[in-house]
Amino acid sequence: MTSARTIKELADKEYQYGFVTPIEADAVPPGLNEEIIRLISAKKDEPDFMLQWRLKAYRHWLTMKEPTWANVHYPPIDYQTIVYYSAPRTKSDRPKSLEEVDPELLKTYAKLGIPLEEQKALAGVAVDAVFDSVSVATTFKEKLAELGIIFCSFSEAVREHPDLVRKYLGSVVPYNDNFFAALNSAVFSDGSFAYVPKGVRCPMELSTYFRINAADTGQFERTLIVADEGAYVSYLEGCTAPKRDTNQLHAAVVELVALDGARIKYSTVQNWYPGDKEGKGGIYNFVTKRGKCAGANSRISWTQVETGSAITWKYPSCILQGDNSVGEFYSVALTNNFQQADTGTKMIHIGKNTKSTIISKGISAGHGQNTYRGMVKILKGATGARNYSQCDSLLLGDKCGAHTFPYVEVKNSTSRLEHEASTSKIGEDQLFYCRQRGLSTEDAVNLIVNGFCKEVFRELPMEFAVEAQKLLGVSLEGSVG
Amino acid sequence: MGARMLEIRNLHARANGKEILKGVDLAVAAGEVHAIMGPNGSGKSTLAHVLAGREAFEVTAGEVLFEGRDLLAMKPEDRAREGIFLAFQYPVEIPGVSNMYLLKAAVNATRKHRGLPELDAIEFLALVKEKMKLVAMDQALLNRSVNEGFSGGEKKRNEIFQMAVLDPRLAMLDETDSGLDIDALRTVAGGVNALRSPERAVIVITHYQRLLNYIVPDAVHVLHQGRIVKSGGKGLALELEAKGYAWLEGQASAPATASGGTTAPAAG
Repeated sequence: MTSARTIKELADKEYQYGFVTPIEADAVPPGLNEEIIRLISAKKDEPDFMLQWRLKAYRHWLTMKEPTWANVHYPPIDYQTIVYYSAPRTKSDRPKSLEEVDPELLKTYAKLGIPLEEQKALAGVAVDAVFDSVSVATTFKEKLAELGIIFCSFSEAVREHPDLVRKYLGSVVPYNDNFFAALNSAVFSDGSFAYVPKGVRCPMELSTYFRINAADTGQFERTLIVADEGAYVSYLEGCTAPKRDTNQLHAAVVELVALDGARIKYSTVQNWYPGDKEGKGGIYNFVTKRGKCAGANSRISWTQVETGSAITWKYPSCILQGDNSVGEFYSVALTNNFQQADTGTKMIHIGKNTKSTIISKGISAGHGQNTYRGMVKILKGATGARNYSQCDSLLLGDKCGAHTFPYVEVKNSTSRLEHEASTSKIGEDQLFYCRQRGLSTEDAVNLIVNGFCKEVFRELPMEFAVEAQKLLGVSLEGSVG
Repeated sequence: MGARMLEIRNLHARANGKEILKGVDLAVAAGEVHAIMGPNGSGKSTLAHVLAGREAFEVTAGEVLFEGRDLLAMKPEDRAREGIFLAFQYPVEIPGVSNMYLLKAAVNATRKHRGLPELDAIEFLALVKEKMKLVAMDQALLNRSVNEGFSGGEKKRNEIFQMAVLDPRLAMLDETDSGLDIDALRTVAGGVNALRSPERAVIVITHYQRLLNYIVPDAVHVLHQGRIVKSGGKGLALELEAKGYAWLEGQASAPATASGGTTAPAAG
């Protein structure tokens, strides 16, 4: 009758997205050199400015060292064994419409619950799907185009909207920003691009689904979202990968630009394969995400639910340049088994009366190690800046860890900063209370953890919030015994 | 007197290696209200928690039958779904989880267990509105996080409210009266009385006779040093109040009334 046994059975449940799609791929040989970069650029039929930008990034990357300051531990990565480009082989150059997309691929996305077929996508979510290195389909494109909204794969944007790409690419995350961002800049193969014109409120959630399929492949996508004056866009991102015994690298870059009065809401549910119960395999998720509130009264909100990956290294940040601009970061990071997460945010206050909010919820179970690392920087000109930070950690069991590294740098004495932090354990008394009311141990843990994450979940769009809650439940199975 | 709902035979239990229950015998029939009294540390709360299935307590001997079934073999959540409810002495706080949400999950877990369709939001709300009246529950408390920032009285009221919604077969009230002022005590007792029914049994655990002025028991048992040392009618509570628990010291060693299978006379 002990709950330990029930828990054990639940723990043996599998990562349900761990299947591999048998699909023919067009890949470059493993390894990285200028030839590979030229090959990638040529395959994508890119204008010369892109190739030059890539090469500049690559040459700079060669001079950089992999960062070691994060509280994560892994064996050295051999960058010469990674395949930097892999695309599902298509009959023509690239699919022009859904009919041309490989049915195997559509089946994969159906398994993942992504409604690629527009008829089914009545939920009002426009989806760009990235499979290994390339974007395979973008739905609702015409409908969005009527409003002047551009939503397409990055490759297409480079071809069709080179001026916009040239203007904003690297404007928030420069090619030499950090080791992984430089690597991404050199080899990124695809991603999503969105531009919302002046005064337009994007009528549906834009969404990208990322999927790593091929073995030994790194995924290096790049997302660029620009909201022009007074525009609004909500963007969702989801990720899964097959189960493999080896670690796979995912080094993405996301750049957001919000002009005067614009608002960008960026939500992520990250569920890359986390590795098995012994810590074997899983994705190394080394991602640079940054938004620039370039205009006055602009606003950028990051909401992330990080449940997957063997290692997560990401700090979605906001540069609050415009006066009265607002940056928000809402995060739930869960580490179970041998997962490690070092995540948080940077809020850089430059403009007057800029405001930022940080709500971070870390959940550690099994042998999981969860680190919050955050920086709030108030520059000299940021008169009247305000920040509120709250970092809460929840521990399940006694082999996991929670760490908090908040940094604060203030150069303007009129600013106001508040920081609250807490660490708690799921109590036996809370579990028993719920079970006495008829809830199973599993449901009780989910209920308590979801309660803990409530402030973050309520920032997510409805469908995503439901998915996030379920995901948390699945990821936590077997964590209390 | 109805059929025996609960039968406890020679129940021994310990926590942290210390024996707390040392052979409890008790039988409770449907429709009855039994009061269990006793000094601090006599094992009253332990008994309630053992019946509810708390794993921190280890049952070392004895058996418990609930409606003829082996209660001790059931998981705590199954006991709850079968109709055992414990109103906690110290209800826990669950931040971020609304009272309504927990209660709806509880109601539907129980309904599912019994093969009934789950209630949707509207049906559940109707049920809640009806039961709120029983304990004069403030609507605002429903949407707040479970017990978070509740006063002592609000927490106890919430327990009785949950009990009303969950409609248990056997309700155990663990010192529900502690920390209540007289008005709250009356309200809580009124709620319990409204829930008395021929199908339901209630075990009221209390320190003081005071609560029993409002919830009049069919039987009173005195638990002392892990055993029921005396059982009687409602008059026993008054006698205890007058003489104090010290009066029992001399009786503790004598095997109590229950050993011969006799249990408290049912007054009703």
